[in-house]
Amino acid sequence: MSAIFVLLSGLAAMALGYFVYSKFIAERIFQLDPDFRTPAHELEDGVDYVPTNKFILWGHHFTSVAGAAPIIGPAIAVIWGWGPAFAWVILGTIFFAGVHDAGAIWASVRHKARSIGAVTGDVVGPRARALFMIVIFLVLLMVNAVFAVAISGLLVNNPSAVVPAWGAIVVALIIGQMIYRFRINLLAVSIIGVVALYALIGIGPSVPVELPESVLGLPANSQWIILLFLYAAIASLLPVWVLLQPRDYINGLQLFIGLGLVYAAILLSNPSIVAPAFNTDVPAGTPSLIPLLFVTIACGAISGFHGLVSSGTTSKQISNEKDVRFVGYFGAVGEGCLALAAILVTTAGFATLGEWREIYGAFGDGGVNAFVTGGANIVAAGTGLSEAVAVTLLTVMAVLFAGTTMDTGVRLQRYIMQEWGTIYNLPILKNLPFATVLAVGACLALAFGAGGVDGTGGMLLWPLFGTTNQLLAGLTLLVMTVIIVRLGRSMWFTLIPLSFLLFMTTLALLVQLKTFYDAGNWFLFFLDILILVAAVMVLLEAVGVLRKHLRNAAATS
Amino acid sequence: MASDERHGESDGWRQWLRRASYYAEELYFGRYRSTIARARRDEEDLFMLLVYSEMMGVPNPASYYTMELQPLLLERFHDWHRRMGMERSPLDHFRCC
Repeated sequence: MSAIFVLLSGLAAMALGYFVYSKFIAERIFQLDPDFRTPAHELEDGVDYVPTNKFILWGHHFTSVAGAAPIIGPAIAVIWGWGPAFAWVILGTIFFAGVHDAGAIWASVRHKARSIGAVTGDVVGPRARALFMIVIFLVLLMVNAVFAVAISGLLVNNPSAVVPAWGAIVVALIIGQMIYRFRINLLAVSIIGVVALYALIGIGPSVPVELPESVLGLPANSQWIILLFLYAAIASLLPVWVLLQPRDYINGLQLFIGLGLVYAAILLSNPSIVAPAFNTDVPAGTPSLIPLLFVTIACGAISGFHGLVSSGTTSKQISNEKDVRFVGYFGAVGEGCLALAAILVTTAGFATLGEWREIYGAFGDGGVNAFVTGGANIVAAGTGLSEAVAVTLLTVMAVLFAGTTMDTGVRLQRYIMQEWGTIYNLPILKNLPFATVLAVGACLALAFGAGGVDGTGGMLLWPLFGTTNQLLAGLTLLVMTVIIVRLGRSMWFTLIPLSFLLFMTTLALLVQLKTFYDAGNWFLFFLDILILVAAVMVLLEAVGVLRKHLRNAAATS
Repeated sequence: MASDERHGESDGWRQWLRRASYYAEELYFGRYRSTIARARRDEEDLFMLLVYSEMMGVPNPASYYTMELQPLLLERFHDWHRRMGMERSPLDHFRCC
């Protein structure tokens, strides 16, 4: 099967979703009103509430939601063949993610741009709000642990990427100084930054860095994990303009360049997909496709994390309610494009089926390393770059995505700790260094607790992370459904995705519970139970509140 | 004619550059606008506290210098005391509202 054919049909389907389905949802279900005075205008303060051009807002929204997750998820899920992953990414983007992301912005805009957690408290009730906070905490905990494990694996496997990946931090620090201290023109600085980053990638293969095999009994993977969290803790304490802001900016530019490069390379080299459409010969120990596919690919098909971005910041800047469709739905389409690229390079980036089967020897084996290897083969064939540089390029792309998410994740984790300190009146939690150490410590414990001292088993967490992320999306969809029912509009377009998600996540949790029990992995077993309890509570909450509102609606009509 | 055309072209080019600059700046600053504004406001609050500390009974060795600033900061004083959770001016002899 030609990769170009799959690529074009995927893009065509998502375009159709945007032009037809999102139009229907925007006009009939959300009934977006261009005359509605959005919070950006009503509460304009030049700080949080700023009416923003929709293209710029889309840029912020997309770069905030796009990270390593839409790469890692599909890169693991193609073990069942490219067909199921492709179908879930495309249909998920069109019918789930687009509606969810745009709906979260819409719900927030109609509630004074408050966060979706606060809106949940208003619309559903305080219990659902508390549930929301717990699920957010679990998602952040897992995202930081999983990404640290993924980055450490990448750095160990590709020593050539160490210098450019850490060098990118230095580049960001210098850019921040150039902009704020020396007030150099931003366009010039952008060009310098991008050139410096790619120059580092160019020299990466000639200066490989490997950590010692063992320090204090810790293998290289664990050393990287500790170093990464040390970095994340320091980065989260620095003022944002010093590191986070320039790093996000360079990463955003790099996202567009990298995505463009991968798509261009596929179009230029026209590789064939060597992986089967449906893999009937999966390695032993691979769980069943249903329900695990739907939690392995979270971001790229639907992700609750997007709802946090949508309602926390994006909704405060929507200038015209009509822009919700472009910013939210098209943001999800952008994410779908990233996931589609990940599917294509991990299934068409290998010369033969045998080579592909070797990489996907066991469940969870392919992942981001398959993305790097396959992607490098395609980029090298399509652009004529040397294989070593292409490998470095793809590794740095994945590391930077995961790295910026970790930076933000640890910072958010700390905010939650400090907020708990205020709510429960525990002054020690409000202490900045203590809250940071606690946030980082919890993530470290998870990264090592999941898979022993070498930290490599941390990827076992991936499906659990996906499950929690889907639960969060389920909660947001529940809030939207309740609002829609109250307005007397058709609820099926959010209720069907909601039911599907809750059914699949609960099933996946039960399947994994048995796996962890059989493997005797008690740490993950208890984590699974914790998430299962949260899932059941979300389910009960959903049934209860919807029954109540439907009865009210029936009584009034 | 030819020079006019060239002039027009360079104008178009300059306009394009200006627009690109605008988009780049919005992309760079937009996302962190609120965080940075908040940090700036915190700094401002500390500064105001230093300037008006003597009036509230907190000894300030630099009061000789900060006194000079007080009339200049009068307009910002009102916003500041409201941000600090005081509806009315906390100082009897220093009224703004």
